[in-house]
Amino acid sequence: MPPEPKRYVPQPTPETQPFWDGTLAGELRLQRCDQCDHVYFPPRPFCPGCAERRVSWFKASGKAKLYSYVIHHRPAPGFTPPYSIAVVQLDEGPRMMTNIVGCPQTPEALQLDMPVEVTFEKISDKIALPLFKPVAATERTP
Amino acid sequence: MKGKTVAIVGAAETTELGEIPNTSQLELHCDAALNAMADAGLKPSAIDGVACAGESPVAVAYHLGITPTYVDGTGVGGCSFMLHVRHACAAINEGLCSTVLITHGESGKSNVGRGGFRGGGAGLAAQFEAPYGPMGPPTLFTIPALRYMKNYGVSEEQLAMVAVVQREWAGRNQRASYRDPITVADVLGSRMIAYPFRKLMCCLVTDGGGALILTSAQRARDFPRKPVYVLGTGESVETPMVSQMEDFTSSKAFRVSARKAFAEAGIAHKDVDHLMIYDAFAHLPLYGLEDLGFCDRGQAASFIGERNTAPGGKLPLNTNGGGLSYMHSGMYGMYALQESVRQLRGIAPAQVPDARISVAHGVGGMFAASGTIVLTNDEP
Repeated sequence: MPPEPKRYVPQPTPETQPFWDGTLAGELRLQRCDQCDHVYFPPRPFCPGCAERRVSWFKASGKAKLYSYVIHHRPAPGFTPPYSIAVVQLDEGPRMMTNIVGCPQTPEALQLDMPVEVTFEKISDKIALPLFKPVAATERTP
Repeated sequence: MKGKTVAIVGAAETTELGEIPNTSQLELHCDAALNAMADAGLKPSAIDGVACAGESPVAVAYHLGITPTYVDGTGVGGCSFMLHVRHACAAINEGLCSTVLITHGESGKSNVGRGGFRGGGAGLAAQFEAPYGPMGPPTLFTIPALRYMKNYGVSEEQLAMVAVVQREWAGRNQRASYRDPITVADVLGSRMIAYPFRKLMCCLVTDGGGALILTSAQRARDFPRKPVYVLGTGESVETPMVSQMEDFTSSKAFRVSARKAFAEAGIAHKDVDHLMIYDAFAHLPLYGLEDLGFCDRGQAASFIGERNTAPGGKLPLNTNGGGLSYMHSGMYGMYALQESVRQLRGIAPAQVPDARISVAHGVGGMFAASGTIVLTNDEP
């Protein structure tokens, strides 16, 4: 039997390394412009809002809302269909692609705008992916 | 190009030269760009043209936060940047844009962050989209649709109706791949690909090709065929990653491209007799109708459901059957243009009576890029 194909493993660049260092340490890190306070993603060493080079990394809350998604029903390396490919809107503003885990992969379980929170899945020695799971009803703040 | 009509107002190299192991190739482009903008005293908001080679101008424009009305990715080797300058002069003189940024960056020694989605794992899409299991356009182009549907209360049945109406057009076209009539139930009952998209909401995969020959309007009358004149053009790009679209219910690239083309053409929407909107998936005509300004936001599904774009309707749309039913070889834009030309020559299988102005609107990537062409058969 050939080894089961794995999901795609990101290769960090110097500019994105702090993000991936963060996920490996269990933190979701974003960047904020020192000049205009704009919070942005994906990482880059300058502000896409005002072109300022002085920007800083910070630890994000990891809280988000489900913004949009598809449920893929076809085979894909490293995945068992059906599985969600989602975009979440982070509480800090930026959106990012992810998978929603910890719930059935159905339209009924995956309601747009439901609160989700980050969880990390280590897929290699150097890479942990930020995935998101529904916030348990009892944990939600009213 | 008329002499002394365009000048270079900013020029700079990257901050470092030589061995730069801590900077990826895309950031070399942007580092040079930021330095050149500083040299010229300009912010990215003042730039409306982007040209580069080695990296995609989509990636460079997005990365710098530029919304261009002119992009040039001409990549012909070491002399590409001379060509970019030449094109930029023509573009500026022609009013396509006012200020062009030309960038070069190459991690030729350190080989940091070279290669895009396919070539390597270091591109932004490769790092921040690919790990989550997308398998090409059916799982990426489709991601914004649920957000659109929730915001505007559009049902899966309404999405399916896009495919049903286009099949009606295909039924009139002998060359269409799929010609048999279908119902909303047929579409919703077809195999699930990536919820909410079923197979019949996704474009065909076929072989094929097309070509166009253009010449000056002055010469055009000497050719045997009825000339079709370019009345207006537009282009733009937004983002190489669909997850980073500014608005999941509307394409910025569509809006900017269409606005430019309509303004150049000097036409109003009521002047358009025939419309082609690149339909890789069933939601594309909805975004297109709204972003081109034919419908108010959120109204396109009702507009199609009320048969305005169907045979006999007031705005015939995708009259060849579209990518959903006619054909789709991968880069479908050529076929949208071919159908517009047929309609204006008066030889289309499903001919729109007395069509004088046709608009062909295309998309590139997953809402990454856009081009809009307005054509007419009216003599100059």
